Amino acid sequence: MSSHESTYVPSHPVAKWIEDRLPVMGFAKSTLIDYPTPKNLNYWWTFGGILAFMLGVQIVTGIVLAMHYTPNAALAFDSVEAIKRDVNGGRLIQAVHSTGASMFFFAVYIHIFRGLYFGSYKAPREILWILGVIIYLLMMATAFMGYVLPWGQMSFWAAAVITNIFAAIPVIGDPILQLLRGGFAVDNPTLNRFFSLHYLLPFIIAAVVVLHIWALHVPGNNNPIGVEVKDKRDTVPFHPFYTMKDLFAIVVFCIPFAWFAFFAPDIFGHADNYIMANPLVTPPHIVPEWYFLPFYAILRAIDFNFIIDSKLLGVIFFGGSILILFFVPWLDTSKVRSGTFRPAFKWFYWLFVVNFLLLMWYGAQEPALQVIGPFTVADVSKLSVVYYFAYFIVILPLLGRFEKPRPLPNSISESVLSKPAPATT
Amino acid sequence: MATESNLAHDDTPDTGKRDFLYIATAAVGAVGVAGVAWPIINQMNPDASVLALASVEYDMSKIETGSAVTIKWRGTPVFVRNRTQKEIDEARAVPMDQLKDPERDQDRVKPGHDNWLVMIALCTHLGCIPVGESGDYGGWLCPCHGSQYDTSGRIRKGPAPKNLVVPPYKFLTDTKIQIG
Ligand code: HEM
Ligand code: FES
Repeated sequence: MSSHESTYVPSHPVAKWIEDRLPVMGFAKSTLIDYPTPKNLNYWWTFGGILAFMLGVQIVTGIVLAMHYTPNAALAFDSVEAIKRDVNGGRLIQAVHSTGASMFFFAVYIHIFRGLYFGSYKAPREILWILGVIIYLLMMATAFMGYVLPWGQMSFWAAAVITNIFAAIPVIGDPILQLLRGGFAVDNPTLNRFFSLHYLLPFIIAAVVVLHIWALHVPGNNNPIGVEVKDKRDTVPFHPFYTMKDLFAIVVFCIPFAWFAFFAPDIFGHADNYIMANPLVTPPHIVPEWYFLPFYAILRAIDFNFIIDSKLLGVIFFGGSILILFFVPWLDTSKVRSGTFRPAFKWFYWLFVVNFLLLMWYGAQEPALQVIGPFTVADVSKLSVVYYFAYFIVILPLLGRFEKPRPLPNSISESVLSKPAPATT
Repeated sequence: MATESNLAHDDTPDTGKRDFLYIATAAVGAVGVAGVAWPIINQMNPDASVLALASVEYDMSKIETGSAVTIKWRGTPVFVRNRTQKEIDEARAVPMDQLKDPERDQDRVKPGHDNWLVMIALCTHLGCIPVGESGDYGGWLCPCHGSQYDTSGRIRKGPAPKNLVVPPYKFLTDTKIQIG
């Protein structure tokens, strides 16, 4: 973390002896305490800390759940029920883990949309952004495989449908499908490997988070005005200013989290998942967890053949809708980072947010439901898919060329000081 | 390798020999890594006990006209439907150009057993089990993403690309089939 030298001076001789051999305390001090942070960060910037906290929560509760869980198709369902009913405190531990996944995704969406608004993906933070997208993909894989573990009807059919996505790949699709499932259908071997991987992936995520933070500490944080730090007056040390701000945000975040865990542990769940997996009956209304709905809507919207068949085309759009995030740093051609100074961008951005929420809603509806006049969810969701992709492929590249940004402040200090002081009464 | 001295003598036979040795060593190493990686991946494939192409026999004498059963073959559900004359006529009246995956109804059943429709019960989209006697075409409707199949199990609407798959099967007697 080159941008800041360690100021750690061990006072105790033992500490000095250790520091001379492994300078871990100096490293910790410079990255977690002295790290110079822009002084104008708002609460949208606390979600990184919240995400780190949530990863810890999922790992701790998950390891404990694994002490009572049985990854066997005949026993898994009952073992999760036993966790909820019999294990001491199990009802809460399980609830924290399953609602925790939702809270985790809520936080990651805020974090991603924060980045999209404030242009945090722009040079020199492209690798930081790309590592973030990798974490997001790993989170999706982890949550998906975790959802399969209770082996209810939704678990089973989610596993069947999602693994089947790979069968859309021409030629090698079917062998890959068999490789993933370990059989012709989703069954005990599938459950076993999902458990193994569900245990592994969070630790891989933790490793990528380390890289993510490393890549953050090289250029330093972006900030709400998107103007780089110019000198020391623009920053404050990470501790105590942002350790406390992040902690406060985590406490506030835990209020709804606790409400879900204590009072509504099943609110994100689906009644069908209280029926044990049955490979001979698909539940009448299959919906994924809320955090996958926008992408599910995109997958479903492609119900027509166009050069290639609808299945492969749907899968390409589905995958493309996430993979396109990797290219955002190069698709957005505007030199100005922060959306605050981009009058036209703002409109397209908020429309993108609304469109994303609409896709989320479409994903939960029946395709044949009529929304406007004779037009069904299957019809209007196609419009949303078009806007989703147009935002990245057409709007971001063109806006940079044609939009006239508002004048930027010269520095962070200038922008902070130019704000009218709050009235003191 | 690219120190100044050996850059200057780039084309001496010695350098060529060394490069060859480096590349050969790396190649052998890569083959070794691939050789170790393969069993680690291949263990995930179904083993011989799963692969053993089990075939099932099924006695259809109890399936009344206009009803269907779902049986299991290789862990996969299979529909066996005893179609009504109306369903057969409907399926055969459809012009080929209205089909996404054109196939004649006659080619989806065994000659002389036109009422018996035997199909793998997995939607060709992403593998959910469609619900019988529903949808706009009186055939099957998939609950997952709304694909609709007609009374011949052919795809008519929705994201599925192909007709429901007819597995290999044969009639042992007039009311008994063997799948697989
Ligand atoms: C990235 C972090 C993680 C996410 C997003 C996540 C997500 C999930 C989800 C969505 C479920 C299904 C809950 C339900 O419907 O009841 C689940 C179950 C489970 N997870 Fe995790 N998990 C994470 C980390 C871990 C870790 C580190 C372990 C440790 C081994 C673990 C072990 C388990 C077990 C044993 C279950 C089955 C019991 C149950 O259903 O509650 N998880 N996970
Ligand atoms: S699985 Fe049947 S429509 Fe998608």
